[in-house]
Amino acid sequence: MADPMKIRAQLKGDVTEIRVLMGHAMETGQRKDAAGKTIPPLFIQSMTVEVGGKKVVDGQIGTSVSRNPVFGFKMKGAKVGDKVVVSWVDNKGDKRTDEAAVA
Amino acid sequence: MKYSIAVVAMLALAVHPASAQNKGTAAKKVAKPPAAAPVEEKDAATLEFEKFRAMMEETNPAELFEAQGEEFWKNKRGHNNVSLAESCDLGLGVGVVKGAYVQMPRYFADAGKVMDVERRIVWCMINKQGFNEADLMKRPFASDSHTPEATSLVTYVAGQSRDMKFAVPLKDPHVKDVYEIGKEVVNYRAGPYDFSCNTCHGTDGKRIRMQNLPNISTHRGATSAVMGWPGYRMTGGVMLTQQWRMGDCFRQQRFPQPKYLSDTVTSLLTYMTANANGATYKGPGIKR
Amino acid sequence: MNTTRRTVLKSATASGVLAGLIAAGALRPTQVLAAEWNKAAFEAHDTVGALKGIGAGAPADSKDLILKVPDIAENGAVVPVDVISNIPNTTSISILVEKNPSPLSASFDFANGALPEVSARLKMGQTSLVKAVAKADGKFYTAQKEVKVTVGGCGG
Repeated sequence: MADPMKIRAQLKGDVTEIRVLMGHAMETGQRKDAAGKTIPPLFIQSMTVEVGGKKVVDGQIGTSVSRNPVFGFKMKGAKVGDKVVVSWVDNKGDKRTDEAAVA
Repeated sequence: MKYSIAVVAMLALAVHPASAQNKGTAAKKVAKPPAAAPVEEKDAATLEFEKFRAMMEETNPAELFEAQGEEFWKNKRGHNNVSLAESCDLGLGVGVVKGAYVQMPRYFADAGKVMDVERRIVWCMINKQGFNEADLMKRPFASDSHTPEATSLVTYVAGQSRDMKFAVPLKDPHVKDVYEIGKEVVNYRAGPYDFSCNTCHGTDGKRIRMQNLPNISTHRGATSAVMGWPGYRMTGGVMLTQQWRMGDCFRQQRFPQPKYLSDTVTSLLTYMTANANGATYKGPGIKR
Repeated sequence: MNTTRRTVLKSATASGVLAGLIAAGALRPTQVLAAEWNKAAFEAHDTVGALKGIGAGAPADSKDLILKVPDIAENGAVVPVDVISNIPNTTSISILVEKNPSPLSASFDFANGALPEVSARLKMGQTSLVKAVAKADGKFYTAQKEVKVTVGGCGG
């Protein structure tokens, strides 16, 4: 259960780099288990990044994003200490939200 | 689609230096690099793989397991409801994690054995926290749906030695003895293929498919063999330890697989890690 | 450890319930975490269908859309992809892998200061063209590159 999420947001000059590492199986629904049974799809479908209370990235993803997904984004206008909130929802309705501060 | 080095080398052969001079600066620029850098050193694919690894290591999913391992280390757990932080000595004193990984395997008087990090952690889980040994032996390595707690713990402890130099205490005669056993193990030929570790890992420049095989008898080769473990394996997306790696090497040699946390594996890890002494550990890595 | 919390969240957001709430007008779509998943685009089995699904039709090639991928991926399970759009007013970027069973991998909308750039890691079943598609001022642009996927040795 690699459940946690890691968020890193760093201000470099006037650009904030945001990197997100999510713990998720990202099952495609095309793999079979040892017994030959198809493993049902289980994957994150949507994710958002909010900085300082405003949504900056609204993403939708499919089964071909790698297991334990990693995403990188950049933005202007954020300052040190701004709250970065990342959320995801998967195809089973499971969801998770974590936050960090711009450093 | 850019086998730049191969292409440059071909151009260099095609354009004779004398004619290159007549063709102006553009041709000269193309013809020059192969003369300066030996072409055989690293092929285009190897360079591309290194670039790829560097991109991957910027954000390594191993961090997720480090975070989990830290919780396992600090929380009171097991039958005795104690934390490893307040009960487990990794060689530098009870609870000291910083720098412990790069100084293992080492000798532990309380156990009367030389132990690598995973063996020591599991020993503490059993002897300090009161976990059931048979339970911990059942599924020792990660699969799609299960990461053993010991794996996350190893990842956390290893991460606490990031940017520190390997310093296996070879001066300790116990450790030196086990090192010598390790040296014998890597030379031991057996199995249906009459393989030893050294058949593949005892000379420079060997590879299997697209992967280079380090020569573990040299400092350079041993360093590349121990670097990046524990590793997040891209295939399957699971976190694996050196105990797994050694066991799987035995399988690939068509040897019987060693028991989890056996003396044999500790001796191999002692041999390889000590050969890497002095190299700087970069932390949990990414493996194919 | 957070099982309880997750179970609660799970039951509260199970998609059926959510759809019901939206239908009943109890919850306006803007209150939902994100726009509804673009099933048609993500489940399309070819690039044409996927592009149609995101409304892109036939995007124009653009040199201002930069796609960074390895020439040879060491492992098709994790292929790093970087997309940077230098096209003015870019509001969204999508990434497709032509030969995957479902080519559309991901789609991102940017707002409130976000730069039109994204890096992600994708699964590739085989050597294939990777395509980036950017939307700017209602128009679609594309860039593509081939990534070779290799067969492995013993896993480092």
